[in-house]
Amino acid sequence: MKSTLLALSVALALSLSMTAHAEDAVTVKIGQSSPLTGPQAHIGKDNDNGVRLAIDEINATKPTIDGKVVTFEVMSEDDQADPKTATIVAQRMIDEGIVGVVGHLNSGATIPASKVYSDNNIPQISPSATAIKYTAQGYKTAFRVMTNDEQQGKVLGAYAAKLGKKVAIIDDQTAYGQGLAAEVEKAAKAAGAEVVAVEHTNDKATDFSAILTSIKGKTPDVIFFGGMDPQAAPIAKQMRQLGMKAQLLGGDGMQTPKFIELAGADADGAIASIPGLPIEKMPKGADFKKKFEEKYGQIQLYAPYAYDAAYVMVDAMKRANSTDPTKYLPELGKTSLEGVTGKISFDAKGDLTSGPITLYTVKGGKWETLETVQP
Amino acid sequence: MNVLDYLKGKAWLTAVLLLLGLVLLPFMVEASLGKSWLRILDFALLYIMLALGLNIVVGYAGLLDLGYVAFYAVGAYCWALLASPHFGLNLPFWVILPTGAAIAGLFGVLLGTPTLRLRGDYLAIVTLGFGEIIRIFLNNLNAPVNITNGPQGITQIEPVTIAGLSLGKTQEIFGITFSSPHLYYYLFLLFVALVVFVCMRLENSRIGRAWVAIREDEMAAAAAGINTRNIKLLAFAMGATFGGLSGGLFASFQGFVSPESFNLMESIMILSMIVLGGMGNIYGVILGALLVTMIPEALRYTGDLQRAVFGEVFIDPADLRMLLFGIALVLMMLLRPAGLLPSKLRRQELAEDAT
Amino acid sequence: MDIFAQQLVNGLVLGSVYALVALGYTLVYGILELINFAHGETTMMGSMIALAVIGALFGVAPDLPGIMIVLAGLLVAIPACMLLGYSIERVAYRPLRHAPRLAPLITAIGLSIVLQNVAMLIWGKQYIAFPTTLLPQGRHNVFGASITDVQIAILVLTVVIMFGLVTLVNRTRLGRAMRATAQAPAVAQLMGVNVNAVISSTFIIGSALAAIAGVMVSANYGQAHYYMGFLLGLKAFSAAVLGGIGNLAGAMLGGLLLGVLEALGAGYIGDLTGGFLGSHYQDIFAFLVLILVLTLKPSGLLGSRSVERA
Repeated sequence: MKSTLLALSVALALSLSMTAHAEDAVTVKIGQSSPLTGPQAHIGKDNDNGVRLAIDEINATKPTIDGKVVTFEVMSEDDQADPKTATIVAQRMIDEGIVGVVGHLNSGATIPASKVYSDNNIPQISPSATAIKYTAQGYKTAFRVMTNDEQQGKVLGAYAAKLGKKVAIIDDQTAYGQGLAAEVEKAAKAAGAEVVAVEHTNDKATDFSAILTSIKGKTPDVIFFGGMDPQAAPIAKQMRQLGMKAQLLGGDGMQTPKFIELAGADADGAIASIPGLPIEKMPKGADFKKKFEEKYGQIQLYAPYAYDAAYVMVDAMKRANSTDPTKYLPELGKTSLEGVTGKISFDAKGDLTSGPITLYTVKGGKWETLETVQP
Repeated sequence: MNVLDYLKGKAWLTAVLLLLGLVLLPFMVEASLGKSWLRILDFALLYIMLALGLNIVVGYAGLLDLGYVAFYAVGAYCWALLASPHFGLNLPFWVILPTGAAIAGLFGVLLGTPTLRLRGDYLAIVTLGFGEIIRIFLNNLNAPVNITNGPQGITQIEPVTIAGLSLGKTQEIFGITFSSPHLYYYLFLLFVALVVFVCMRLENSRIGRAWVAIREDEMAAAAAGINTRNIKLLAFAMGATFGGLSGGLFASFQGFVSPESFNLMESIMILSMIVLGGMGNIYGVILGALLVTMIPEALRYTGDLQRAVFGEVFIDPADLRMLLFGIALVLMMLLRPAGLLPSKLRRQELAEDAT
Repeated sequence: MDIFAQQLVNGLVLGSVYALVALGYTLVYGILELINFAHGETTMMGSMIALAVIGALFGVAPDLPGIMIVLAGLLVAIPACMLLGYSIERVAYRPLRHAPRLAPLITAIGLSIVLQNVAMLIWGKQYIAFPTTLLPQGRHNVFGASITDVQIAILVLTVVIMFGLVTLVNRTRLGRAMRATAQAPAVAQLMGVNVNAVISSTFIIGSALAAIAGVMVSANYGQAHYYMGFLLGLKAFSAAVLGGIGNLAGAMLGGLLLGVLEALGAGYIGDLTGGFLGSHYQDIFAFLVLILVLTLKPSGLLGSRSVERA
């Protein structure tokens, strides 16, 4: 019985590969780059997984572009979150013939790499770079499926002012944290709040007791933190240790399950925003979450954006009926797609046309939707 | 071997062949390995300059400097500020490059002065602190007055333009297409040649011998009439100048600078280049710089290797890459403790130590 | 005043951890005049191993008292780190004992990279949470400053270890052998001291301290990560130099001082400069003090003048 089954499946596999050969089949490479080693490797790998899941799904549908069945292949490279390495891997992926890239993770790597992609006319969609400058350089190839610092900072700043009159701000002195915090400060002031303290730390620190103590003396109602979860969690913990009652507020870097895991009970009550609509509310959202968790475990942070970025890219190729970068690039600008993170369309610069931003709060060890703000 | 023997007596022929090889190298690299390796080659040339600069401080004068990357940063930011939309300036490269190198040299003296009395590991930690201080300043000088643009870095830095020819774009010269990394390769090669020349001249000069004397025994050197203070400061200044030079070139090549490019790990990597290659020996340092830049990049191909040997990829090459690099560093050092190409003097010392 | 007291507590807790790791640097340096750059990574390994054990035990027997589980983690991490420290010395440093001074520095850097990446392959790229519910969560008020049970434990443990170590070095046979080796290895050998064994024990002791420090860090901050050793090691090394490297009391003093300096710097720079400079200059502040101390006293606060080797 077993042997017949085997024989059958072999025959089936053979015939399948024959039919694939019979049609015109091509393999097209899509690049992905993020830090896969170093302190941010966990978030980098998350992006990689997001792209891979999207591409696996797309391949399963056997997409036909320009009369050929296209098999997409992900080429993933480690940029170590280092600007110099980012330009090298960008060139390496271009050498290997990628037709587009989803990446990079950090603004600091995305910006120098964007020059290389632009010089070679390779479309680039960053799932997570938020620095305003990325799309302000005038490169036609630069897009992102993430709001920029200004878009998110406006919402967060106004929200901070709504939570309390006195706001303290901490940032992690990275391009992301500092950029977002600066926009939040502006927006909070504009909304009538008083910014009582602006403190800074770095993205490798774990001890914030000194700056928190200093902030405590200024009795703020809200503390905004611009940075990532490995810092946000100890901040939440140390606020409790110091007996602070202020409301902790953060951006997308904090809105992660890891934040809750690391901060434990101290995470309760924290509020953080993430661009887009709540994933459960999206038509494909629940399905995406289930599939991703089955395959790679918990979503870290930007996987849904990386997933959407890959879909946006292939969608533009389908509409242009070509995988040639010069041909599908114009279509990329005209994107209008329902992704798992929200509706995706770009403005002239390649930024996301202002979409909604959703605020979440931690309740009983889970992120729960608080409200969705339309800008 | 025969070819080498034949060449031994003919210095000019060797030089011509070497030059020809270096000029043709980028064509061969681009054709065989691709443009990314051209870019890696460019970075390798930058690191050769940096390593030779640090070699003056550590290799010749024996002053352990863990903050060398600060001078690289100073040079890079000088270029970035003087030729980018940030301040709306765009000075020609023959103004910026010497300015950047000179300012870096000044910083070298600035660092050197308070540390004259320090030795060994105490010097190492102070220089490390200095490097971090520079980086933190670059990261923070966006407020109250925006000078460096903070962690956001400076974008759209102007490329080098020589006689109206921008090295930032693909150019066609005599019907041959030269990509931007290709053009930069020649520029960098020129500067490397300059740095190597200066180093060679220094090595056999009074100053070079004074450095070695200080390295071996500072008190004896002072007793022999060497002004140890000035000579030490000169080492810091010279090293820093080369650092500033390569920093400026780096900024123009990459078109973007941000403080994260100038962290402590970078200093440590440059130090490992010279120790690995052979401190005090110019050829050794060049070899070290080439190896340390290229090995991690070459290790990106372990995925293909695994597939070829085992038929599948067991461990993600990205995960394996730095691990193998670490192992390579340890092994190379264990096998060649004095570096791959130790300097003659060092070899003698080693022999004496062993007895 | 409350704020000042709080900043002192903050600084002392942070400084205790620096001090424990700094002891490891200084022990090795005192004997071999070698910067064991991989020491920070040993701390990280201690933290990761302990967490792995704690996580596994918590999964199997969640009813055990929390302290027991944490102790079990510590009891596995300490010998594991001892073995690691011993192997590091054997593999990377012993063959290079007569090599040029900077050679072992590079093997140490290489080893750091190896250990980081091995930890990454074993435990993954994630930050690992320390189940803080295992330990008492109490909070006390001392002179207006808030301090937790875990922090009190850190302070007490650091002092106890420090005294134990001083006793070991000054009162025991091994300690005498260590001091003899530090002064003149060749002579010590002639006097019948097994120099290799002494050096190995130094590494083993330093690594045990690193393991304890690693567990403390993750217990206090609630997390561990394969990259955590680098910065911690760097700070601890600076602390050891500040105090006078090679000197046990110096390492302790340097560690505590660095911790307090960082806390005060972060807390007061902004107010002192009228907001012109902020807490982002805290590291600069710490480094400036370091540079100032070393410029005035080139061999650290408690270091002896005789240590003058290039």
